[in-house]
Amino acid sequence: MSLIEITEVKKRFGDNEVLKGINIDVEPGEVIAIIGKSGSGKSTLLRCINGLETIDDGSISVAGAQLLPDEIHLKALRLKVGMIFQQFNLFPHLTAGRNVMLSQMVVKKTPRGEAEAMAKKMLERVGLGHKFDAYPDELSGGQQQRVAIARALAMQPIALLCDEITSALDPELVNEVLAVVKELASEGMTLLMVTHEMRFARDVCSRVVFMHQGRVHEIGPPGEVFAEPRTPELKQFLGML
Amino acid sequence: MSDFTTWDILRNLLLAARWTVVLSVVSFVGGAIVGALLLFMRIGKGRAGPAFVKAYVEIFQGTPLLMQLFLAFFGLGLFGIDVPAWLAAGVALILWSAAFLTEIWRGCVEAIARGQWEASSSLGMGYVQQMRYVILPQALRIAVPPTVGFSVQVVKGTALTSIIGFVELSKAGTIVTNATFEPFKVYGIVALIYFCLCWPLSKSSQILERKLNVAHRNH
Amino acid sequence: MHYTFDFGWLLEYWPVLLKGIGITVELTLVGGVLGVSLGVACAWARALGPGWLRPIVTAYVEMIRNTPFLIQLFFIFFGLPALGIRMNELEAANLAMVINLGAYGCEIIRAGIQATPKGQFEAGASLGMSRIQTFWHVILIPALQRIWPALSSQIVIVMLGSAAVSQIAAEDLTFAANFIQSRTFRAFEAYFVTTLIYLALAVLLRQLLRGVGWTIFPRRGAASRAR
Ligand SMILES: Nc1ncnc2c1ncn2[C@@H]1O[C@H](COP(=O)(O)OP(=O)(O)OP(=O)(O)O)[C@@H](O)[C@H]1O
Ligand SMILES: [Mg+2]
Repeated sequence: MSLIEITEVKKRFGDNEVLKGINIDVEPGEVIAIIGKSGSGKSTLLRCINGLETIDDGSISVAGAQLLPDEIHLKALRLKVGMIFQQFNLFPHLTAGRNVMLSQMVVKKTPRGEAEAMAKKMLERVGLGHKFDAYPDELSGGQQQRVAIARALAMQPIALLCDEITSALDPELVNEVLAVVKELASEGMTLLMVTHEMRFARDVCSRVVFMHQGRVHEIGPPGEVFAEPRTPELKQFLGML
Repeated sequence: MSDFTTWDILRNLLLAARWTVVLSVVSFVGGAIVGALLLFMRIGKGRAGPAFVKAYVEIFQGTPLLMQLFLAFFGLGLFGIDVPAWLAAGVALILWSAAFLTEIWRGCVEAIARGQWEASSSLGMGYVQQMRYVILPQALRIAVPPTVGFSVQVVKGTALTSIIGFVELSKAGTIVTNATFEPFKVYGIVALIYFCLCWPLSKSSQILERKLNVAHRNH
Repeated sequence: MHYTFDFGWLLEYWPVLLKGIGITVELTLVGGVLGVSLGVACAWARALGPGWLRPIVTAYVEMIRNTPFLIQLFFIFFGLPALGIRMNELEAANLAMVINLGAYGCEIIRAGIQATPKGQFEAGASLGMSRIQTFWHVILIPALQRIWPALSSQIVIVMLGSAAVSQIAAEDLTFAANFIQSRTFRAFEAYFVTTLIYLALAVLLRQLLRGVGWTIFPRRGAASRAR
């Protein structure tokens, strides 16, 4: 059984059908890159998997549990699947450490001491142990994004969704974030990431999904997808036409 | 128990509400005139002018309107004249409105000036020309919604003049209550009349503000 | 103008003034704390609450914002007993102030909530927090920080407005002034001194609120800079 099963998922915004029947099965430990033109529905797909958007048709299940749009099921899902955003979305009024502690204490009711220890550990893991007491606006973009990763990791998810997590960063800060992601991948974390970093996708990912007009247009190991694109759309996207 | 029908109550209150309207209009217009004068002192060059207006605003915004009414009432009385309530009420409300309006307008002028000052300076205009042709026309536009919004405060402010004996809607409410012993009904109706006076002003202020925001976004 | 000012009565009547100040301060503190709390609750209801609650809160807010405080006070103190709801002058004054500030606070705080970047709600949700938890732990403090100056001004306005509670014989500072002038016939002086006291209270209250802001918002400017 796959860890994440996405079956015939459809999503409309008004008359605009953004996802037109998506099928992807993600195995435990897989690292999947989702690529595609702007507006092809990549973000929408990730948001559906995290329950930030409700799907109109089809089904999504995570670790065997069906995704249903009520608070109890959503909470259960979000405990299993973490999400990292392009704009970091750190809580500006809390220090890095408190950002990581908050959801543990509020959602999992972890005692403060334990949550703090976990926060320290996770910040260490992303190389920011020394920034525990820094506020988000005292951190660089790359550091903020790493705190966001630590915050998601502290909930001990079985999979992480990353939506263009380096797109808002200055070029010189991209690598420090990608290094953290690479580390996670090598530790066996299941990752689903929308990215424009083709080199990273080629080096780190087990499979690449090319989305086009709300459909999975091509899917396969990076070697195949990048080296031998079958459709003209992908060739054009990769700049080969 | 009482010979007053609901209709009698309503009629008496509505008659008194005329005075609320008159006092509101007088206070608002008077306040606008004084406020405009203060505004020019505030944004003018000089040092004494701005300092005076600052203190003026601080005092009128930092003390209760009720106290200002008392001071106007008894203060004018010191001149040995028998001060009618309407005079004290008008004077106090005009001065009070002026403080708020001048402050609202100053905010608008400064909001515009921040961006436009350098642009118009670079065109070689003098201070007065800049004010006259660049800053004020624009400030006037963004000043309309908060100014209309403040008129609601003026209408509500007139209620306090009942305390120094001016017979307007609130005073009439008290008088009618004393005659009918039906405070729930009477004050309910009084509140409703105030609502009918104020709500259209509040609403139009909101709508104007929204329009302005839309217009600005399209630029 | 042949009038000699006389402030000699101060020697005898300062305890009366002091007591009045005490009541005005008490009214302001209770009204401020409970009023802001009510404002937060109403702002939540209007911005994020269940659909059926919104029109009710909107009606309350519009009703209060478009009627004079004095009439609200009279309605509560003189009118509500008709419904069997009775309270003493101070309780009525407190209630009126809470209800009044609650309505204005609602609108101010709602603006702060609506300026919250959408990503903050989504980050909370993606971490498994419920909507209420996200509001309470994530949204509220930065929202309050955004509008704290406006909220502070409104609290000062409500404090100054509390002068009207003397009209239901709540023994606040204005009541003290009325009492003194009726005994000494020094009306102008009594109100002049009282006005100065109000001015001082307003300045102090503004400072106090600034201090409160410094303590509950550890990061000044953080909310505005965060994306
Ligand atoms: N909340 C929304 N309401 C209406 N339309 C939306 C909404 N969110 C997304 N869309 C539309 O859905 C389509 C897909 O958007 P999506 O954000 O998933 O694209 P994307 O592949 O992530 O693009 P990008 O690379 O620019 O991030 C777009 O046409 C967009 O306009
Ligand atoms: Mg996207």
